[in-house]
Amino acid sequence: MSAAQAATDEVLIARIAQGDRLAMQVLYGRHHVRVFRFGLRLVRDEQIAEDLISEVFLDVWRQAGKFEGRSAVSTWLLAITRFKALSALRRRKDAELDDEAANAIEDSADDPEVSVQKKDTSEALRKCLTALSAEHREIVDLVYYHEKSVEEVARIVSIPENTVKTRLFYARKKLAELLKAAGIERGWP
Amino acid sequence: MMAMSKKMLDEPSEIEMLLPWHAAGTLNARDARRVEEALARDPALARQYAVIREEYAETIHLNESLGAPSARAMQKLFAAIEEEPVRKPSLTSRISTGIAQFFASLSPRTLAWSAGAAAVALLLQAGVIGAVLMQGQTYQTASLSVNERPAASMTRELGAVGTPPRALVRFAPDAKMADINALLDNYQATVVGGANGLFRLQFGGKSMNKDEVASLMSKLRGEKIVSLAESAP
Repeated sequence: MSAAQAATDEVLIARIAQGDRLAMQVLYGRHHVRVFRFGLRLVRDEQIAEDLISEVFLDVWRQAGKFEGRSAVSTWLLAITRFKALSALRRRKDAELDDEAANAIEDSADDPEVSVQKKDTSEALRKCLTALSAEHREIVDLVYYHEKSVEEVARIVSIPENTVKTRLFYARKKLAELLKAAGIERGWP
Repeated sequence: MMAMSKKMLDEPSEIEMLLPWHAAGTLNARDARRVEEALARDPALARQYAVIREEYAETIHLNESLGAPSARAMQKLFAAIEEEPVRKPSLTSRISTGIAQFFASLSPRTLAWSAGAAAVALLLQAGVIGAVLMQGQTYQTASLSVNERPAASMTRELGAVGTPPRALVRFAPDAKMADINALLDNYQATVVGGANGLFRLQFGGKSMNKDEVASLMSKLRGEKIVSLAESAP
């Protein structure tokens, strides 16, 4: 995101704080897809992810007056989304979801369909990215897709900056292990 | 070698951990330069970077394939907003928004010119203040100087022919409040000011000539509880 857009995001938030619904629509139009995708990758349920974005932007409507601009608006949105997603997961008692997904990638080794996929490194990579734990998925997405810096990720996930770096390193290592289990060697590690 | 590689993997270097951010272009200039230099001299790091670029591309591909939410989400949001209580914007929030919008509306060139004009205005202001200070040889501070009599105070004295005499008086440290009150009564004096242990006293209700004032000062200096007495405007 450009500095100019970040600045206008802050103006939108200031207008939302005054009850400007048009500003809310503009902000929603600008960010709702990324918020949805980030939430969907965490909760893995489209219905819940859609409910999440309504909740996230309703929070923005209510809390805009308290936004202090210490981080970019997009970083604030992702932090709210993450909090809401984790709450939704807790509500559903869906902790076993990650284990199921991780098992799925290993179990698929004998699947002839997957054997064909193995030839396609890109597709296998995407499948393995889906199979990462929620903790690893979110950090990979925040850095690669949402283009967040070390400091911004630290703010969103509420962990120290050094932990951000090591967590992504180990997420990548896990990804390499999953790929290896699927028969794909990439030369690292 | 294997053990070494394993150790390296268990304890990634700082540069190695920064590679994903370098791929995403979100490192600051200093770190980006450090990573570039390391990539140029370390082929193993460069191989790992190539792997990271693949991961980066596929993560974007994966996220983009997730699609977008339906219109239902937006309808639900704005229905909820409709039910929220109407807010009255505060004056401060209106002002801050106005300022934010004003600066957001300016082009970078306009902002640069504005900043330049502000800097020139500050320099001019500093120049004017400096000139005033340089001319101000008669500038009087708040300190109680009995020897230096600035021109301004002299002018004031000339215009105050009928005013009663005044003096700066310091009382002895062991002077009691009762003694001081008695002295003030005896001399028909009132305290009209003071600072740092010095009191500015005014005597009587009419003016005195030079000799009378000198006599008054001499008499004051003879008092046991007075350690200093000087005629003052």
